[in-house]
Amino acid sequence: MANAVHENKKNTDLKSFLLKVSNLDVYYSSLQVIWNLSLEVKAGEMVALIGSNGSGKSTLLDAIAGLISPATGTIEFNGRDITGLDPYKIVSQGITQVPEGRGLFPDMSVLDNLIIGSYNHNARRNRESNLHTVFEHFPVLQERKNQMAKTLSGGEQQMLSIGRGLMANPKLMLLDEMSLGLAPKVIDTLYKALRRIKDRGITILFVEQNVRRTLEEADRAYIMEVGHIVLSGKAADLRREEQVKKAYFGL
Amino acid sequence: MHDIATPLIMGILLGGLYALIALGLSLVFGVMKLINVAHGDLVILGSYFAFFAMTVIGIDPIISLVIGMPVFFLLGFVIQKYLMSHSFGMSLEAPLIIAFGLSLIFQNFNQLMWTPMSRGLTTSYALNSFAIAGVRIPLAYTLDFIAAIIVMIALSVFLHKTYLGRAIIAASQNRKAAQLMGINTAFIFALTFAIAGATAAVAGVFLGMTFPFTPTSGIGFLIIAFGVIIIGGMGSMIGTFIGGMVLGLAQTLGGYFFGPAAQMLIAYIIVLVVLSIRPQGIFGR
Repeated sequence: MANAVHENKKNTDLKSFLLKVSNLDVYYSSLQVIWNLSLEVKAGEMVALIGSNGSGKSTLLDAIAGLISPATGTIEFNGRDITGLDPYKIVSQGITQVPEGRGLFPDMSVLDNLIIGSYNHNARRNRESNLHTVFEHFPVLQERKNQMAKTLSGGEQQMLSIGRGLMANPKLMLLDEMSLGLAPKVIDTLYKALRRIKDRGITILFVEQNVRRTLEEADRAYIMEVGHIVLSGKAADLRREEQVKKAYFGL
Repeated sequence: MHDIATPLIMGILLGGLYALIALGLSLVFGVMKLINVAHGDLVILGSYFAFFAMTVIGIDPIISLVIGMPVFFLLGFVIQKYLMSHSFGMSLEAPLIIAFGLSLIFQNFNQLMWTPMSRGLTTSYALNSFAIAGVRIPLAYTLDFIAAIIVMIALSVFLHKTYLGRAIIAASQNRKAAQLMGINTAFIFALTFAIAGATAAVAGVFLGMTFPFTPTSGIGFLIIAFGVIIIGGMGSMIGTFIGGMVLGLAQTLGGYFFGPAAQMLIAYIIVLVVLSIRPQGIFGR
């Protein structure tokens, strides 16, 4: 079993990966938060990044989105080196991040939040069709399109944040703790939407703390502890893995 | 009846000018959380620019805005991009200190160029007045008000209907999220400063047509602009407009009831009252 779980380096064909992070070191001033981290996501996959608070998951997503520059290592996307690019350039390459805490523009309307999601030039052309798709996934956003974002419920705000991410016309969507603080029913709705987003050909890399649920939803998963990847593999295999059971399910 | 109508109308019209002066200060604060203490001097620099255009080249002050606005737009852009932007990462005080420095530079530049003498943009029409229902209204005050309305509407449409405008609002509400939307926030900040510069050019022209000015007049108008945005609420467009009205009315009505010496006193008492009751301003969030 253990063999299936550990990274299979022989399969590392550059072309087949949409996202390839290699030997990344990231610091917050002098504090190292990510240590020699490597990770790959294939086009069309739904990959989870699991770990407890402070394990460096969000930092990794921020590094991919260009909000933090890594000290060493490379991030390749769609065959291009995007390491250290400004965030706005990375967005136009096709990476969108749905940030932790939703990151909405509270005093802008739902519709304006969605429109600003299509700010990058590739997305502007497809604005109307993307808006249509977002309203299809989340009809409640259409009902509330003229309301201020801050007046939405927590679940609706998360839908808006995901919808806004879709407006960017992404190839890869990064989601940071999407289900944090939400009711199980709402989380079900969000995962249903994520599966449909995946079906539309958008690759997903998502960060979660809830191990059991995440391993049910993901194709593959990486498990992080204090800045290192400690385990990775197919989600189905990880669910059976003893280490995971002990460490995260408390069994 | 007519007696009180005069200060009422004058107060409202004057409020337009005050709002116009405060607009750039409010915009920069709303987006970058910087209190640009050089804004008053930038406005006076705008007055001198029009004075130069009028006396040296012989262009009407309002027409001179065709050159003045782009020049001040560029000046604002350059100030943010090459002077301020690096300081924002350092500390909250660093950009403030740069703004203080700019304030001094503008004042001394104006002094060197045009001497400390009091100047005015005296055009053939600036001193005209007309009567409505027996109340004599100076044309300059009316033009101030019209200019304020035009600038506010244009800016509102820009901010709420265009991608760039929405990007400015977005960056003001959540900078990190704005970056994640693909917004180049460094450019947006420079653009915001540039727009503030262009509005300062407009404010400078209409101020100069209404009041005499000297190289150090900027400080007085900066304080008025502060009052306007304290009353109206930082970063709110409609708030800035209403704030201008309240301050203008407080000044003219204060003068009417308590004499000219009490004008500004009444205005600042209102500022203090608003601060103590509603510190975020009438329209502040």
